[in-house]
Amino acid sequence: MNFMSKKSFRYINSSAPKIDALAKARGNAKYTDDLEFDRMLYGKLLRSTLAHGRIKKIDVSKARALRGVRAILTGTDLPIRYGILPVSQDELALALGKVRYIGEPVAAVAATSEETAFEALKLIRVEYEPIDPVLSIKDALKSVQSVHDEGNLHKAVSLEFGQTQSTGADYSREDLFYYEGNTHLALEEHSAVALWQKGRLTLHSSSQTPFLLRKILAKALEIPETSVRVKVAAVGGGFGGKLDPFAHEICAAKIAMITGRPVKFTLTREEVFYCHRGRHPAVMWIKTDWKKDGRLLDMHFKAALDGGAYGSFGVVCVYYQGALQPVTYKIPHYRFESARYFTNKPPCGPKRGHGTPQPRFALEVHLDKVAEELGQDPVALRLKNLMTPDSVTVNQLKVTSCGLNACIEKVAEVSGFRRKHGRLPPGKGVGFALGSYLCGAAVPIYWNDEPHTTVRITAGRKSGLTVYCGATDIGQGCDMVVASVVAEILGISIHRLRLVMADTDTTPPDLGSYSSRVTLMAGNAAKDAAEKFKSQVLAIAGKKETSFERTLQSALRKKNRIESSGSYKPPAKLGRFKGSGVGPSPAYSFSACVAEVTCDVETGEVGVSKITFAHDIGRAINRLAVEGQIEGGIAMALGEAFFEEQVYDERGLHRKPSILDYKIPTMEDMPELEIFLVETGDPAGPFGAKEVGQGPLLPVIPAIANAIYDAVGVRIDETPFTPEKILLALERKAMARAPRVGPDKFPDIVFPEPFAVRPVSAVQASC
Amino acid sequence: MRDGSAIVVLNFQVNGRKRRLKTYVWRTLLEILREDLHLTGTKHGCETGECGACTVILNGKNVYSCLVLAPQLAGTKITTIEGMPAKHPLIEAFVGSAAIQCGYCTPGMIMAAKSYLDETDAGKQTKAREIKHALSGNLCRCASYSKIASAVQAACRRKQKNR
Ligand code: FES
Ligand code: FES
Repeated sequence: MNFMSKKSFRYINSSAPKIDALAKARGNAKYTDDLEFDRMLYGKLLRSTLAHGRIKKIDVSKARALRGVRAILTGTDLPIRYGILPVSQDELALALGKVRYIGEPVAAVAATSEETAFEALKLIRVEYEPIDPVLSIKDALKSVQSVHDEGNLHKAVSLEFGQTQSTGADYSREDLFYYEGNTHLALEEHSAVALWQKGRLTLHSSSQTPFLLRKILAKALEIPETSVRVKVAAVGGGFGGKLDPFAHEICAAKIAMITGRPVKFTLTREEVFYCHRGRHPAVMWIKTDWKKDGRLLDMHFKAALDGGAYGSFGVVCVYYQGALQPVTYKIPHYRFESARYFTNKPPCGPKRGHGTPQPRFALEVHLDKVAEELGQDPVALRLKNLMTPDSVTVNQLKVTSCGLNACIEKVAEVSGFRRKHGRLPPGKGVGFALGSYLCGAAVPIYWNDEPHTTVRITAGRKSGLTVYCGATDIGQGCDMVVASVVAEILGISIHRLRLVMADTDTTPPDLGSYSSRVTLMAGNAAKDAAEKFKSQVLAIAGKKETSFERTLQSALRKKNRIESSGSYKPPAKLGRFKGSGVGPSPAYSFSACVAEVTCDVETGEVGVSKITFAHDIGRAINRLAVEGQIEGGIAMALGEAFFEEQVYDERGLHRKPSILDYKIPTMEDMPELEIFLVETGDPAGPFGAKEVGQGPLLPVIPAIANAIYDAVGVRIDETPFTPEKILLALERKAMARAPRVGPDKFPDIVFPEPFAVRPVSAVQASC
Repeated sequence: MRDGSAIVVLNFQVNGRKRRLKTYVWRTLLEILREDLHLTGTKHGCETGECGACTVILNGKNVYSCLVLAPQLAGTKITTIEGMPAKHPLIEAFVGSAAIQCGYCTPGMIMAAKSYLDETDAGKQTKAREIKHALSGNLCRCASYSKIASAVQAACRRKQKNR
């Protein structure tokens, strides 16, 4: 196809340094906590010490009397409920009436120094009446206590796809898995600075979603949206942890409104663990039916999510448990049930991979077990059931380009998987797994008919060339994507461009940095804007000069301001059923992973010696940036596989709210990596580009689990794969018991009757 | 309240510039740099010596500035990211090798790498393992680890060439 023609590009597909790299390397880039304003106050939050309880009394009199304290807020000052999803408006900035987890904000203080604010927190007296906490799905199902008045079940769904249930299966298998909760741990702690000037609020915040935050601030503060400006400075990593609106943002704004002074809240690392919104702990059950030649006939998947105290993105996550299995494999009949429960723990939400790493782990390990029992090679089994380009999945998602085959061949060949699998010396093993992810949700969080993103380009005689885009660079490199696309089309140096990004007052709306949407959506809008800009400049100038730069100068002599705007809106989804909004995307990315491990049977320790990875990126806008995202995804997956867990004691207290105890991979923990980019060129992507921010995490965890089995013959069906679990499984194996560690029962959940979704007609699918 | 009388007067150098400062004994170098001297290039990810984002060089050695208390600063020489020339081989290598994603760990990472580079004598062959070890006290959650390691290696090579 011509969009992939081997035309030589200057930026696209290059390894040019990112546009913001030098400022960051020199310490000049300003992150939110680096911002300072005259007469700025420092804010702190008092957090609940009880997982579940009624607030009987809050006495702030002593704190108020402390010298330097300028404002104190409690729940009554901010009584409007909000939430990131329209269907889950269940949060308050400060608890009112009841606390629901240890670490939930109860009061906010602002003082002339950070020290004084801390001192003031100690002077606030809160009297609680404890309630039995609900700390697990089991508790949620049986407890007489309810986290919320509406009960502990947050959401349950049950869907069935495909023509008829399979008959004539030769073989079927079911398995149970558990995926532990874990958190983002972006290196930058959340920070917000609020200013109230002339009846308008400006909030600088380390947010991934400035436009949604503006909406929610307006609601919670009861002021018009037009009175709110959200500006995002440099962000030190997000991974989904800075998507939700947070108490400190709303409190900073409220106190700025009350005092008229700038207010800064920067969270401590411990507080970030309580904000959480990370990976949901999930119990999963999967059953598949097969022909003995390895053809998949039927899949039934169930998930139970421990959601924590509030809704967050939970409803979406419930659907994501089942949405993408059919994007990787062709499944003739598919049934999926999923439920989320409220518990008295920090809320879970979206973390890199959003609700799909758990089912991906379950599915890919399950397939490994099936392959063994059917006597087939795990690669061959997958190839027989693989997604193909230009297909419609059983759950009505439209797959455009699909480079899975190429990804598989690449990793299998380079790693020598087929030669090594089952044949390495004891203690050594290889494992294989696949993954797929979306390139932006086709349906916005707040339904409307507007473009999902718009990019504006302006040029003036004195003002230079400016690109305005609402997308938020959280480290993933979207500034560079937008700059590269514009510079490429115009044929100029990226350093000629001035970028204005993520500012609700000056940049056109963009939905935010989530669902891996930015490269595809902002990239397309940038392309559209640049193409329009270029033709306008040409039309005004009348003729083409030797360079675009000269043409632009001659155009600007005739007209002193030239402006263009381009936007992007994804194609409509195919599905028309309830829940069909989760999963559709303009394109899907695909990855394949081979992990090689060494397992010490004495200590239970596992070392990953090598990861061979191929990712169908469509086309890399910037090769080095894409590799960086893949490596980052693999590293985060290693953390989730081996040590990361957000776990609580019997009171609901976080067991490890510090980086010392919550381990993440260091440079020394990284295995050898061999990374390949498969460039299929997707018709929906700018220059054919697809996502890379989230997909690469997915197959790594099951590939490691499968490699451990290949090495020592035990199945660790729950994350993380700790030495204790491996030793326990080895012990069971030695005693001729099932060589496995993992859940043995799915919670007693009565799911609703499945809603049967009829297949889309061929006519609909082809349009 | 902390004892307000516990105040020290400090004379020390930051990035070659003499500084005289009156501050509380319990304040950390991190706070002094960021809040008193407005050098916000030094970052923080924990304030408890666990992440490395606050790494600076004190008398030639890399330290976590969040773990250094004011009284320890008397007579010291500090180098922060702001003290690194724009054309320093490490800065150029970090930019050129795509070792920067969100960039939040970068200033600390570069200071730790500088300390390693300064300590490694120029004739010596650097080993990837050594670099990994030298930087293992600096976390990067974006995990540009292999690119960071190659940036440091590139800077080492340049140092050897320029000897
Ligand atoms: S802020 Fe000093 S080590 Fe983390
Ligand atoms: S680049 Fe983001 S933490 Fe290192």
